[in-house]
Amino acid sequence: MEQSPLKSGALHRARAGRIITYVLLTLWALIVLFPFYWMILSSVKSTAAYNAELTPSFFTLRPTMENYLAAFSSEDTPLGSYLLNTLLYTVLTTALMMLIIIPAAFAFARLKFRGKNLLFTLFLSLMMIPSELVIITNFATVATLHLNDGPAGSAVRLFLGLILPSATSVFYIYLLKENFEGIPEELYKAAKVDGTSDLKYLLKVMLPISRPTVVTIVILKVIECWNAYVWPRLITVHEKNFLVSNGIQAIRESGSGRANVPAMMAAVVVVSVPLIVLFLVFRDKIMAGVSRGGTKG
Amino acid sequence: MDNRNAKAWLYLLPALLFLGVFMIYPLVDVVVYSLEENYNSVQAFYTGVGLENFSHVLRDPYFLQAVKNTFILVVITVPVSTGLALLISLGLSSIQPLRRLYQTVYFLPYVTNTLAVGLVFMLLFQYNDSQVGLFNLLIRLFGGSPVDFIDGPYWAKMTVMCLYTVWVVMPFKILILTSALASVPQSYYNAAKVDGTSKGRIFARITLPMISPMIFYLIITGFIGAFKAYSDEVALFGVNLNEAGMNTIVGYVYDMLYSNGGSYPSYASAAALILFAIVLTITVINLMVSKKTVHY
Repeated sequence: MEQSPLKSGALHRARAGRIITYVLLTLWALIVLFPFYWMILSSVKSTAAYNAELTPSFFTLRPTMENYLAAFSSEDTPLGSYLLNTLLYTVLTTALMMLIIIPAAFAFARLKFRGKNLLFTLFLSLMMIPSELVIITNFATVATLHLNDGPAGSAVRLFLGLILPSATSVFYIYLLKENFEGIPEELYKAAKVDGTSDLKYLLKVMLPISRPTVVTIVILKVIECWNAYVWPRLITVHEKNFLVSNGIQAIRESGSGRANVPAMMAAVVVVSVPLIVLFLVFRDKIMAGVSRGGTKG
Repeated sequence: MDNRNAKAWLYLLPALLFLGVFMIYPLVDVVVYSLEENYNSVQAFYTGVGLENFSHVLRDPYFLQAVKNTFILVVITVPVSTGLALLISLGLSSIQPLRRLYQTVYFLPYVTNTLAVGLVFMLLFQYNDSQVGLFNLLIRLFGGSPVDFIDGPYWAKMTVMCLYTVWVVMPFKILILTSALASVPQSYYNAAKVDGTSKGRIFARITLPMISPMIFYLIITGFIGAFKAYSDEVALFGVNLNEAGMNTIVGYVYDMLYSNGGSYPSYASAAALILFAIVLTITVINLMVSKKTVHY
């Protein structure tokens, strides 16, 4: 079939536009991916080879794992402890937060009590309070209770100090409450008629139905905890008690980090990988959760 | 009824307890701190009540530097990242094959530790005796003279700070804008096509008005986020941001709270309240502008 010259011109233009779109999208994808490529590349170059390069090379023919060993075996900056501390902090904080927010969301969604609307409005207004404003007093509170990394502190106390201030989130209470309210109230009434207790109803009916939202909240909180920097930095003093963000910074400032960039990059890879894996597994949940309630950016 | 009341409060008790201790009390306390003059955290005494802390902070050259840095960062990164995200989202929504892959890749910076990736940026942009960063290699390739973006002139440090910030904030903006674009009803476009409307006109008359609430949402959250910049700067320039001349307002607050020089919670509180006032003002202005221009 013959095309009119006019139409084929339009087709050409559409195709050219499409190609340009793909080129630009690929360009941005490369800009995003390049730092990841670079950290992995630098982490598998041998230290000697890396230091010998005045201008860095784009690939290496002799990848080595020695930097990862070096990163984990450094005595000044114990990467293994950082990871363990962060894992513990993340699990405990997330678990405690769920224990706090689930009943609160349930109370707002299903229970009737005097002052509910007023209290919920107050809750919502708390969402606007920036953490910078409250961290100053929290720092003093934690120090007063000896929950910081001072001379009197123990690991248990320090972890309490790390966890407690970030164990509630008004926003997640709100998110969960909205979700709970979406569950037909008839179910609740039927359960009441059957004599099911509120707690049992919450655990056996509401939570299972709301599982997707609960999982999303857990994942978002895990990401937040894993990347926590400011608060842990304020209250931890000893290297062995650092979380990963703080630890990475310590590696950078330490003599060995400067002297051994590949080992530093190995640590960077080790810190980055868990979240990237988590993201690749839960991609849709994370992206949906962030578009509903993420604020970073 | 009383029984029910009691039960509801029991369910709320843990949340109320934690919020009370770690959020509401501190909110009151930060104001108290900011008004206590010459407060000494070791002996817990102060000499008077007044605005002395605020005037001290406002006269502190480090604070003024931090305000300047923060404002430059905000003014550059918010429009650049929002505009770039809009372009990329438009591109994304115009293609079908590979779209999911691109979306996944674009979202990666959101789930990475900014302290960690910041170190990679530091490597890429540095220029010193031991190593030429990759970016400087590019500059040389195009015949320019290399600059140390990490420990060099102010404009160079500001450049890398803005670049890194844009890199970090893009995932959120792209995500929001692509879903906003996807929610524009296809029937509008079909109608425009029937009428033979040009692409530019479709964008200006249909797409832009339809997604304008989301753009404003991104501008507001972008302003708030950029005003709170801190850890990205630490990743690039190290913990001592004052020395690097790259401190931000939030960085100043933390430095006042806890640094080698000692703890000055009163100055920290005053600076934090000033920051809050700035952010609040700009958010209110944004909301007023958006009321006038956004189509719902």
